[in-house]
Amino acid sequence: MKKLLLASAATLLATAATAEDVKLGVLLGFTGPIESMAVNMGAGAELAVKEVNDSGKFMDGATVVPVRADSTCIDSAAATAAAERLITSEGVAGIMGAACSGVTGAVLANVARPNGMVMISPSATSPALSEAEDDGLFFRTPPSDARQGVVMAEILKEKGINSVALTYTNNDYGKGLADSFQAAFEGMGGEVTISAAHEDDKADYSAEVGALASAGGEILVVAGYADRGGAGIVRASLDTGAFDTFHFPDGMVSDATIGKFGADVDGSGGQLPGSDSPGAEKFAEVVGDAFDPTSIFSAESYDAAAILLMAMQAAGSTDPKVYKDKVMEVANAPGEAILPGELGKAMEILAAGGDIDYVGATAVEFLENGDSAGSFREVVMDGGQFKTVGYR
Amino acid sequence: MDLLNAFVALLNFVIIPATAYGSQLALGALGVTLIYGILRFSNFAHGDTMAFGAMITILVTWMFQAIGISLGPLPTALLALPFGIAATAGMMLLTDRWVYRFYRAQKAKPIILVMASLGVMFVLNGIVRVIIGPGEQQFNDGARFIINARDFKEMTGLSEGLAFRSSQGITIVVTVIAVAALFWFLNRTRTGKSMRAYSDNEDLALLSGINPEKVVRVTWILAAILATTAGVLYGLDKAFKPFTYFQLLLPIFASAIVGGLGNPLGAIAGGYIIAFSEVTLTYAWKKVLTHALPESMAPDGLVQLLSTDYKYAVSFTILVIVLIFKPYGLFRGKAV
Repeated sequence: MKKLLLASAATLLATAATAEDVKLGVLLGFTGPIESMAVNMGAGAELAVKEVNDSGKFMDGATVVPVRADSTCIDSAAATAAAERLITSEGVAGIMGAACSGVTGAVLANVARPNGMVMISPSATSPALSEAEDDGLFFRTPPSDARQGVVMAEILKEKGINSVALTYTNNDYGKGLADSFQAAFEGMGGEVTISAAHEDDKADYSAEVGALASAGGEILVVAGYADRGGAGIVRASLDTGAFDTFHFPDGMVSDATIGKFGADVDGSGGQLPGSDSPGAEKFAEVVGDAFDPTSIFSAESYDAAAILLMAMQAAGSTDPKVYKDKVMEVANAPGEAILPGELGKAMEILAAGGDIDYVGATAVEFLENGDSAGSFREVVMDGGQFKTVGYR
Repeated sequence: MDLLNAFVALLNFVIIPATAYGSQLALGALGVTLIYGILRFSNFAHGDTMAFGAMITILVTWMFQAIGISLGPLPTALLALPFGIAATAGMMLLTDRWVYRFYRAQKAKPIILVMASLGVMFVLNGIVRVIIGPGEQQFNDGARFIINARDFKEMTGLSEGLAFRSSQGITIVVTVIAVAALFWFLNRTRTGKSMRAYSDNEDLALLSGINPEKVVRVTWILAAILATTAGVLYGLDKAFKPFTYFQLLLPIFASAIVGGLGNPLGAIAGGYIIAFSEVTLTYAWKKVLTHALPESMAPDGLVQLLSTDYKYAVSFTILVIVLIFKPYGLFRGKAV
């Protein structure tokens, strides 16, 4: 018993934050459909934290401690419980997250608003979140899917494709993206022969692909996840010869798609949030060999964490109710442009009462409703790798 | 009008997938029906027995792959299958000794055995997840296609492609062999005949000197062979994931009941009936009809009766209809 008490006292000492420590919640889908992306997203956020800590200028020398929690991407109950834990038991000052649109909406409504906690999501892209009630607490660094739908329609139109079959994963992300794409594409005179939902995690997608093939179309747009149903759809399409070129929105542009299909889907296009601002290059330099700096949403995660910390610095307070008003100020013009790797400089300027315009890795610019204006990186599968062909 | 293209599209999206799926269901349903006929209870653990057998086979396959043994164009899993069957048979005999024998000795009601099998199901469920994890495993090696869609188009000049995966071909061939062997065993061998006698009338069989423990043992071993084979074929054709095996339980039971529980022939027919209904009712017929009908009559809509989400509802509906009108199943089995 004595030993146990001693041991628990030791762990308490080890984990208890000192007065100088500021905790930052990193709430991402570490398990579930986007777990392959979450690895580098978490690394991106923690990289920003490390950079701020190394500068030693945050809130007069306070240290930021990132605290990870699992938002699972699909299980709203688990995500709200994880967020609740971050706030009540860890006492975080802000949340970088959550990772998927459905759970982000749930965490925002059930945890962030009641507790007055600021959230910046690096990857929730559903259009529905633009209108969500947020009391000015919610921001996101990637652009909304309403924008992605329009960009996707433009890309396909420019390629001369006029008729597509469309399938989406049956959740907020898939439905939102599919709807905005269909509206945009049909508005440009294109034809969507079928818009069919697919469930994730089924063993067999031949029935779904049968329906898609029957409807026809020049290519198949797969608004799904590379680790789950989206991959099953692509596999079954290739196997039955139903489609051999695809278009992949952000959820499908991942290493999993390269690993599973590679050159089999050569010629397929896609797009994901990304920019050609000097920020992306600087970000790659800052990251070095730590992880792949072009992996999806890792730059957004870096920016989300950086903005949270800069807003705190600007307000001189870690109280979300105080620094939430500073988020717009640090992210948008006017002020001195800040690129990745310059977080220390930003902290200095803010401490001196100056104004900054955080450009970051993804050229962040917040709109009135907390959405990012956003730019996209267009890719094409060539020789089994996603090659960047341009930005829009 | 282009009947040839219509036929190829039909073959590619309906007949081939449904035949392969039906074969997997038939093998599963045979195991269920065998246990029902001889041990007189519905074995809910059957889906997870399939998962267990497939899991052992996968582990042995990985071992073979690691030491470089392969079957050339055929998947290595076929070589590993006997090991999977042996382990599953051992596991089932142990379960019988530890769980079912106790209830049998007490002459417990079938429903008690069913509940016991539910318990076994949850235990197996856990064991499989602990050993191999809940995620998806791919273990299919060897040639992927017998006929490749792209090659077929080039070869024939038709606008429709035809794909015939090796795993589908293997599934159908193995099912035919397994079913033929089973019927030969039940009808021609002494042990098989004693099993049928035991199933028809237990008391009379005991009086004529049949050893009940032997019949039970052989039944479990046969069920293990069928379950492991079905599990491995399903995994080869689709993907191995513990949860999907649990989900397979519904169509498997539907197949066995539709055909008539306890009747092996019924189980096979039931498997194909369920598979073909699931696939044809959820298939969008636009493509086939566009090819088959004159241009003026070609449909605009998808001509899809049910969205693919309702696949499992089809098995349920058939089950209910059959139970209302023919409670003993299409091929007279025992009452449920």
